Amino acid sequence: MKKNLLKRMMSLTMVAAMALSMAGCGGSAATEEATTSDSTASAETSEGGTFKIGGIGPTTGAVAIAGASVKAGAEIAVEEINAAGGINGMMVEMNYQDDEHDAEKAINAYNTLKDWGMQVLMGTVTSNPCIGVAPEAEADNMFLLTPCASAVECIVADNAFRVCFSDPNQGAASAQYIVDNGVADKVAVIYDSSDVYSSGIYESFAAGAAEYGVDIVETQAFTSESRTDFSVQIQKAKASGAELVYIPIYYSDATLILAEAVKQGYDARFFGCDGLDGILNVEGFDTSLAEGLMLLTPFAADATDDLTVSFVEKYMDKVGEVPNQYAADGYDAIYIIKAAAEAAGVTADMDYSTICDLMVPVMTEITVAGLTGPAMTWEASGEPNKDPKVVEIVDGAYVLMQ
Amino acid sequence: MEFLSYLINGISLGSVFAIIALGYTMVYGIAKMLNFAHGDVIMVGSYVVFVSVNSMELPTVVSVLLSIVVCIVLGVVIEGIAYKPLRQAPKLAVLITAIGVSYFLQNVALLIFGADTKSFQSVVKADPITFAGGQVVVSVETIVTIAACIIIVLALSYFMKHSKMGRAMLAVSEDSGAAQLMGINVNRTITVTFAIGSGLAAIAGVLLCSAYPALTPYTGSMPGIKAFVAAVFGGIGSIPGALIGGILLGIIEIMGKAYISSQLADAIVFGVLIVVLIVKPTGLLGKQIQEKV
Repeated sequence: MKKNLLKRMMSLTMVAAMALSMAGCGGSAATEEATTSDSTASAETSEGGTFKIGGIGPTTGAVAIAGASVKAGAEIAVEEINAAGGINGMMVEMNYQDDEHDAEKAINAYNTLKDWGMQVLMGTVTSNPCIGVAPEAEADNMFLLTPCASAVECIVADNAFRVCFSDPNQGAASAQYIVDNGVADKVAVIYDSSDVYSSGIYESFAAGAAEYGVDIVETQAFTSESRTDFSVQIQKAKASGAELVYIPIYYSDATLILAEAVKQGYDARFFGCDGLDGILNVEGFDTSLAEGLMLLTPFAADATDDLTVSFVEKYMDKVGEVPNQYAADGYDAIYIIKAAAEAAGVTADMDYSTICDLMVPVMTEITVAGLTGPAMTWEASGEPNKDPKVVEIVDGAYVLMQ
Repeated sequence: MEFLSYLINGISLGSVFAIIALGYTMVYGIAKMLNFAHGDVIMVGSYVVFVSVNSMELPTVVSVLLSIVVCIVLGVVIEGIAYKPLRQAPKLAVLITAIGVSYFLQNVALLIFGADTKSFQSVVKADPITFAGGQVVVSVETIVTIAACIIIVLALSYFMKHSKMGRAMLAVSEDSGAAQLMGINVNRTITVTFAIGSGLAAIAGVLLCSAYPALTPYTGSMPGIKAFVAAVFGGIGSIPGALIGGILLGIIEIMGKAYISSQLADAIVFGVLIVVLIVKPTGLLGKQIQEKV
């Protein structure tokens, strides 16, 4: 009996020790990568005439459409640039890594890219991972341009810039749009309090609503642990008599909210931000549920300018879908990197720290004409200057509202 | 009137938890192991229905039956490959294996179906019933879920009391060593338990995704954990306990959201669990078991 107990204790400790040692392995491997990467980066870049752009975004996971669209959009830009002779004669090479919208995986992806020889970082696509990667990039002095991570904390460092609007920008702009266009008087809000993107927009929307005079009659939240049942939130919004529900969330949760509203017979309009882009591509989703959904976005695929038309055509050929704003952000990000690299006189043999030192000061001087803005400029803080657009879903397609 | 709506929604959510909890509680009660992969079997079941309805265009009833069959086979295979060799191993090894199986299933689903959210079409198509002048809306999914839950609990209770296999299960749960000495094939009994648990998982998956129509490889994990809490809440190992625990958990979650804070819903749910376990460590209907030394 005693022997048996001893044996069991032993095996238990063994399992615990194994688990510990495995955890230990992961940790030490990561630090090793971090320490060796500097040498490989400079060694590889000194050889060829290529400019290496690292990309990070979720190509799998709950917001996979965002990362995959950025990737496809950026690839189109890279192909165009290479066909036209590259940046300062350098061919562009992009290595795009998946982070599954997870901060830890994003840092792993960042280390992988550094080992590969990344010279500038285009990423990460979503806010939470970007907040994780930004301090790493700052410590390394790696130029960081995120296509769509909109949380304030993503670009606090001097070396970080973004293509999209910030969360405060989106929230306040939404409130202003609702007032200016008389969309609704009474507004309810449903947001994800466990997500920095969603709660950031909510806070600025609430501030903007107070400023512009939007009446928020009901505020409901949910968390990543309770994102299945939205019956209470919809019922509260319905009971409050709100004509418009503001949902600054990602599209996957929005499909459930829209379905729940129909189930409860709640006939309100829904208004969201760029996170809702992609909702029409959800497999099996009844797009009639999204009819009349409005979203604030910097890009509308039905715009008629030459740049948009040619991009939409190339994207349709490549992916077989109408591009969303993530794709446009990815496309613009590569062209912004190109503009900054050309203005800064970057050459292929420079290491990432030198490139960063050269590119950061020129970012406030360049003006880029892109899909998401005809003349984008940047503040030293990393924020872009451009006008928001609002699109509405009509007959299952995005239509730009004037 | 609002209260009534919240109550109905709570019971509806709770019934889904209850059906999932039944799977946990059966496997725990008989095989004495926590099958953390249960939530992911639910996800697999839902994908089977999604694919057979959307891509193969099978009738709903056929696809639900197909999903049950696939899940039963999956459950038996998992049990045979991953858990049976560990029958004599320490509890911790089995627990870690179950967590491994859970991640394995999630990642296989991720590989096959990708991570995009799929919008699940409800298997019951009918207009919701409204009364009290449109103030109270009861969806058909709710009614079907509650009815399915009650039928399953009654059927399981009958099966456990009156069938030979059910009694064998009871015997194994009381003392598997003694049951073996009495001529009960313990391995086969545990396999059948897994088969039933996984079949229930398929039904739970269909009902879960009909009521909340977003399907991803991670769909089963959070409801799975909450259902596990429900099973512990009601007294793990007890079939009526799983029913009561599940429904109470659903009601507490919805009421917490409605009357306290929609952000704190989970804190309230797990807070109640802690209080219950302090006051009654074996759960609401759990039996006090004397450990023999």
